[in-house]
Amino acid sequence: MPIKHPNLKLTRMTDAVPAWSGNIAPDDLYAICQQVREGGGRLVALWGSDARQQSNAFMLHVTLINESGLVCLNVKLAAEQPVYPDISRIFPAASRMQRAAYDMLGLYAQEGHDHRKWLRHASWHSGSFPLRKDFEQLNQDEKSQSLPPCRGKDRMGVEEVDQLVSDVSTPSLALPLQGGGDGSAGLNDEQDAYPFVQVEGQGVHEIPVGPVHAGIIEPGHFRFSIIGERVLRLEERLGYVHKGIEKRFESMSLQQGAKLVGRVSGDSTVAYAWAYAMAAESIAAVTPPKRALWLRALLLERERVMNHLGDLGYLGNDVALAFGFAQFWILKEQVLRNNAKLFGHRYLMDKIVPGGVKVDFNAESKRIIEEECAMLQREVNTLRGIYEEHSGLQDRFIATGIVTPKLADQLGLCGLAGRASAQAWDARVQFACAPYDKLDVKMATYRNGDVAARAIVRFDELFESLRLQREILANLIYENETATPLEKLPANGFGIGMVEGWRGEVMVAIHTDAEGNLTRVHPHDPSWQNWPLLEHAVIDNIVPDFPLINKSFNLSYSGQDL
Amino acid sequence: MYQILKQIIKTGIKTETPPQADESMRLIEQRLQQEILQAFGGALAIRMVDAGSCNGCELEIHAVNNAYYNIEGLGIKFVASPRHADLLLVTGPVSRHMEIALKRTYDATPEPKLVVAIGDCGCDGGIFGESYASCGKVSNVIPVDVVVSGCPPTPTAILQGILTAISAGHAAQKTTGPKPK
Repeated sequence: MPIKHPNLKLTRMTDAVPAWSGNIAPDDLYAICQQVREGGGRLVALWGSDARQQSNAFMLHVTLINESGLVCLNVKLAAEQPVYPDISRIFPAASRMQRAAYDMLGLYAQEGHDHRKWLRHASWHSGSFPLRKDFEQLNQDEKSQSLPPCRGKDRMGVEEVDQLVSDVSTPSLALPLQGGGDGSAGLNDEQDAYPFVQVEGQGVHEIPVGPVHAGIIEPGHFRFSIIGERVLRLEERLGYVHKGIEKRFESMSLQQGAKLVGRVSGDSTVAYAWAYAMAAESIAAVTPPKRALWLRALLLERERVMNHLGDLGYLGNDVALAFGFAQFWILKEQVLRNNAKLFGHRYLMDKIVPGGVKVDFNAESKRIIEEECAMLQREVNTLRGIYEEHSGLQDRFIATGIVTPKLADQLGLCGLAGRASAQAWDARVQFACAPYDKLDVKMATYRNGDVAARAIVRFDELFESLRLQREILANLIYENETATPLEKLPANGFGIGMVEGWRGEVMVAIHTDAEGNLTRVHPHDPSWQNWPLLEHAVIDNIVPDFPLINKSFNLSYSGQDL
Repeated sequence: MYQILKQIIKTGIKTETPPQADESMRLIEQRLQQEILQAFGGALAIRMVDAGSCNGCELEIHAVNNAYYNIEGLGIKFVASPRHADLLLVTGPVSRHMEIALKRTYDATPEPKLVVAIGDCGCDGGIFGESYASCGKVSNVIPVDVVVSGCPPTPTAILQGILTAISAGHAAQKTTGPKPK
C-alpha cells in the first residue's frame, strides 16, 4: 500500500501498473499530499470532472506517485461551491493544473498564490466552463455574445496590423504579435489581456515572442525581460492551441477516442494510444494478448528512437552545425520509411487500440528491423563521436540552460529532462508493465542538467531503445493470437494508464457514465511539469541561446493546451 | 573535421526527384500571373503557421527539409517573418485562440501571396471539427489556395501541394513550375 492515512482507503485499480484509488474529503488533501512529498513522491496530474448528475458534486482528481506506485485521490467538492485547498505550495507543478481546472470546470484552489487564467484566452467568458455538462446548453442561450463566428468580417484593419506587427530581425526570434502587455488591439485582445509579471529597473526591457514563432514550431507566447543580452526572467503564456480535446472526448465512442488520443500530441501518439488502451483495459478488466504487448513496446521504442534522432539533429542545427541536422534526419527518415512499410504509418498512429494492436508482423519485418537497428547503432555511434569532439558544439551545449538536481526535485521536473538533472524516474524501470517487466530497462541519468546533459541522455536512451527492440524481436511470438477487441466499457468505471513516452510519463484517465460511455477523458502530458522549468533554465543565459535550450527540452504545446 | 568530411562523402546524395504538381489539390483557381509564378518558382519563401495542430503535421514539414526531399534544393525555403514570405503553409484546425494571430500573419504577408492548408484538420477540421475552441478548417479563417490532406500528409504530398500552389493551373500547365532536377 503506497500511502497510509487514517481517512484514506485505497483500492487497487489496474494490474498493468501498480495503481490505487481512494476517496477523500477536501480537508485531507493537503496533509496527504504533504506526506507523499516528504516521502519523496511527486505529482503526476490534477484534473476535475463534473459529477453533478450522478452525485450532485464536482470531483477533483489528483494523481500522485511514489516508489510503490500511483495513487489517484478523488476529492468530492460541493456542487454549489467547488473549492479545495491549494497544493501548489507542496507541488509547484500543480499551479498551472489548478488554474486549468478553474478555466475548464470552475474548481477553485483556496489560498492559491496565482489565480490568473491559464487555458482560457478570449474564446469563452470567465464564469463559463467548457467541461461542465451544461456548458453547451448555456452557450446556445447566449451564442451571439459568447462565441463570435470565425467566418465573416475581419475584425482587424490593415492599419492596425501595421501598428502592431513589428519585425524582429534576429532570426532566432519570432514576430511579436501582441503589444507590450497593453492588450489594446481590439475587442478580442482586450478580453484576452493577461497580467504578465513586470520586471522593473534601469535598462530592463521586454521582448515579446509569439504566438507565431519563427521556425516550424507550435504556437505559444514567451515574454522575456532582459538586460542587454542577459535574460532576467521568462514568462510563458500557453493555451494558443487549445482546441477542446477533452470536451470532444465526451461525445465519442471508445474507438473514436482511441484515434483522438493519438492526436493529443502527434509526436507521442504511441505513448498516448497505449496509456488510453491501458486505462480502458483496466476498467474492463481485460489483459491483451502477450504478442500485442510485445508489439506495443516495439512501437513505443521506435517512437522514442525517431524523436531522439530528430532532436539530436536539431540540437546540432541550433548551434550552426547543419551537418548534424542533415545526418540525423537521414537516419530518422529511414526509420519513418520502415514504419510506413512495416506498420502502414510513418508515425505509427492508430496502431494501438483498446484490447490489442492493429499491426501485422512476420519474419521479414523482424529482419528489416534488425538491419535497421544495426545500421543505427553504427551510424549514431559515429555521429556521437563527432558531436563529442566538435568544440564549437560542445561550447554551446555545456553549461547552457542548467536545471540543478535540487531545483528539478523542488519543482517536479520529470521524464527525459528530469533524468538529465538526476531525477531517476522512468516508468519502464520502476513500474515496469508487461513486457517491460522482462526487459530490464537501463535508465539513463545524468547530473549536470544542461543542454549537453539532455543530449547525452538522448544518446544513451537511443542506444538502449535499439537494444530493447532487438530483445523484443527475440521474444516476439509470430502466430496471430486472437485479440479481444474492446467494444464498450462497463458503466461507472474509472481507469488510468501510464506509459513512459519519449518525453516523459504520459498518463490517460478515463471515466465512464451509467451507460458505459466516455464521460470524461483526461490525457496528461509530461510537458505540464516541465514547461515551468524552462522558465528557470533560461535565467542568466543569453537570448540567442533560448532556441537551443527550448529545443533541448522539446516540450509539447498541443499536449498541454489540449 | 576529417570525420565530418568522411561521413558526408560516405553518406552521398540522398535527394530524390520531386513530385509533379497535382491540380486536384487546388481549392480555387490560380489567381497569379505567369510572370509572378515563374519568379516564385525560382525562389519561394514560406512562412509556416501552426494554427492549432497536434504537431503531427509539423513533423512532416520538418521532414520536407531533410536530405531526401531537400526542399531548399528547389529554391524553396522557410523564413522567419510573414513580411518575407510569398506563401503561408498553415496547419490546423484553427483554434479560436489562434484565429487573430493567423489573420494578422496573413495580413502581414505582402501581396501577391498564396496559402496552402496542410493536413486533414487544415482541410476540413479533421477529428477536432468545429467547437467552442476550434474554428475548424483553415479556409474558415483566411482564403486558401491549395489543400493537402492526410493525417499527417507525407512529405511528398506537402511538397506536391507547395508546387501546385506555384504552378499555373489549368491555363498554362506545361510551361510552369520549377524544373525538377
